[in-house]
Amino acid sequence: MQVNGEFKPKIVAFCCNWCSYAGADLAGNNRLNYPAEVKIIRIPCSCRLNPMFILRAFQRGADGVILCGCHPGDCHYTTGNYYARRRMTLLFSMLDYLGIERERTRVEWVSAAEGAKFAATMNDFVQTVTKLGENRRLEDLRCKK
Amino acid sequence: MMHRIGVFVCWCGSNIAATVDVKRVAEELGKQPGVVFATDYQYMCSQSGQELIQSAIKEHALTGVVICSCSPQMHETTFRRTVSKAGLNPYMLEIANIREQCSWIHKDKETGTEKAIVLGRAAIAKVQLNAPLKAGETPVTKRALVIGGGIAGIQTALDIAEAGYPVDIVESQPTIGGKMAQLDKTFPTLDCAACILTPRMVDANQQENITIYAYSEVEAVTGFVGNFHAKIRRKARYVDETKCTGCGLCTEKCPQKNVPNEFNLGMDHRRAVYIPFAQAVPKIATIDANYCKMLQEGKCGVCSKICAAGAIDYKQQDTFVEQDYGAIVVATGFRPISMEKFDEYAYSQSPDVVTSLEFERLMNAAGPTSGTLLRPSDGTHPKTLVFVQCVGSRCSDDGRGKPYCSKICCMYTAKHAMLCREKYPDTDVYVFYIDVRAPGKNFDEFYRRAAEEYGVHYIKGQVGKIVPEDGKLKVQASDLLANEQLHIDADMVILAAAIEPNPTARSLATMLTTPMDTNDFFTEAHPKLRPVESATAGIFLSGTCQGPKDIPETVSQASACAAKVMGLLHKDRLVGNPCIAQPDELMCNGCSSCEKVCPYGAITYADKEFRTFEGMKVRRVAQVNPAVCQGCGACTVACPSGAMDLKGFSNRQIMAEVDAICK
Repeated sequence: MQVNGEFKPKIVAFCCNWCSYAGADLAGNNRLNYPAEVKIIRIPCSCRLNPMFILRAFQRGADGVILCGCHPGDCHYTTGNYYARRRMTLLFSMLDYLGIERERTRVEWVSAAEGAKFAATMNDFVQTVTKLGENRRLEDLRCKK
Repeated sequence: MMHRIGVFVCWCGSNIAATVDVKRVAEELGKQPGVVFATDYQYMCSQSGQELIQSAIKEHALTGVVICSCSPQMHETTFRRTVSKAGLNPYMLEIANIREQCSWIHKDKETGTEKAIVLGRAAIAKVQLNAPLKAGETPVTKRALVIGGGIAGIQTALDIAEAGYPVDIVESQPTIGGKMAQLDKTFPTLDCAACILTPRMVDANQQENITIYAYSEVEAVTGFVGNFHAKIRRKARYVDETKCTGCGLCTEKCPQKNVPNEFNLGMDHRRAVYIPFAQAVPKIATIDANYCKMLQEGKCGVCSKICAAGAIDYKQQDTFVEQDYGAIVVATGFRPISMEKFDEYAYSQSPDVVTSLEFERLMNAAGPTSGTLLRPSDGTHPKTLVFVQCVGSRCSDDGRGKPYCSKICCMYTAKHAMLCREKYPDTDVYVFYIDVRAPGKNFDEFYRRAAEEYGVHYIKGQVGKIVPEDGKLKVQASDLLANEQLHIDADMVILAAAIEPNPTARSLATMLTTPMDTNDFFTEAHPKLRPVESATAGIFLSGTCQGPKDIPETVSQASACAAKVMGLLHKDRLVGNPCIAQPDELMCNGCSSCEKVCPYGAITYADKEFRTFEGMKVRRVAQVNPAVCQGCGACTVACPSGAMDLKGFSNRQIMAEVDAICK
């Protein structure tokens, strides 16, 4: 999206309710700034993220999608983040095949205690996506007004 | 049916209103399809704020509610209760987090307002697809498991047991008592640790509701709040617990004498068969298989010959106990950090450099020197003692120490210095500190007594290096207030080692799926309002496993923890989480993909009859056990036909949120 001639990416962040969502809350508590382009969707576990959601976001004009889950071994549901990691690996190879830049999607492990890491991760991700520019390849033009 | 949605934008005083134009948010969201009412208010969570929501629900016949406020982690339960009192299903509510995720992190009002509108729009899009949900109920097993038998575990177990519920204590060591059993005196009262601890240990042993599994470990935990199932490994003691009388004859006659005594931190020796200390509970001998000649080489058998009770059993194997619990208390405690990385203090070079816990044993009447303060190297009386504070505590990120304050060191050092001067008035005692932190009840008075009445030399400054030379320890330090370098020839140096969580805590946290912080301390559910609960329902935290604490604080937390456990065990049934998986039987083809990924085994299959074009047909379809499903959603993604969905976080709901955000 162009705002006053400046590119502002649309970023969707899927956050696990038990760790990263609380990590984002902690970042807020500590007033750690990260760009407003990041919009968080709460999911019960990183394994709830259907790769379809990521494709849908790209189709609807998102420029980057990030999934944040519990650190390996710390999943609230024991093994959810392992499923998520595998599924995302597969999705990444498919996105690569489709010619979507690898940097537009990311998986990060952020615990409930890592508010600073959450903010740093988001700052870095937004910067990366901003450099890549607008996502055009997967965007469905019919969705554009 | 189109929902009738009400939007309520909270100011949170100035927390939200300062950086988000709440009026504009309410106005913009009011224009969204389906929204029939939108307003803003100073404090939605207040009594009058809640009444405002309730009256709007009635007045505008709302079927869905969106509240733009703080994080749902904060007030979701509050607002669910609010809407349900107004007759709405509690799950017809969505919260847009415009405080933690918006107003607190964006300084620009325009940016904040725009983002708040988008977040509100996403919540409206989601609530359009919400359906009323009803939670299932599960019974509660009225029994608690306490992991760790130190003062925290003992106190929690006693309180729960006295309320009438059975409790099992699992302790990895042969006796309960933990670190407190090793202490000599306690600050700031200088009463003897053993005199206050051992009666509690005996109480725990005699309390009929308490079962102590000493020398045991928790092997596996499954289940969820109210319905945990634990497997406990009872390590082989090679002594029959039912027969051993604790007479201690074997511990005197065992020929294997040179086993380092861990109770005295390796400063003296015990036998291969041993009872850790005189007041051990349970008072049962244990054979250390690593040192026992009979177990290692098959030769000896002295203990077996002299045991009148016939309790020695060299063939004993580990056994397992399986038990159901309603609640689990973690009380795994701490240990001092290793001094390996702090070699400038010459810990590895001289036996006269000791840690505070070792010093505690040296001062203890039951310790290796029977309470006489003697230098470990030559057994002479030390004249000059140097205490070094913050060894590994408050360390900047150099990878050697810990970033936090270990909290107890200032006070126990004051205690050590005081005891030293009291027992041996001819000694010179120096304490090097960064700051003296004495914020507890009677703590500052205690520290000042040490410095003023007992003549302990408190020096603000750090010790740079310690060099053992000619039987002395050459201490090089700086006095920051006098701005000069000091050289002290000390006889003994005592290091106040930082404390760290018990190393088994990490694997236990993984087993219990409870969060930990970066230092491996267990994280409490809320730092202020829920300090003794873990974020995982049914798991409670007691003592230093949650953070550094002294004894009074540990005991108060332990009792608070017990109160929370009793509150849980008092309930007959627990209301579960209704956001669970649900298959669409018409779409399910019974492929078993979901069953394979379910971590709880909540999915089974049933043959059901369906009407098809060719008449009635029987088909295998997935079934979710609502009492077992925890709602992670792994199955929803694994399902190839899209039949499995998660209530409250359905595919359509999340897609709607994605669409609203990307619009």
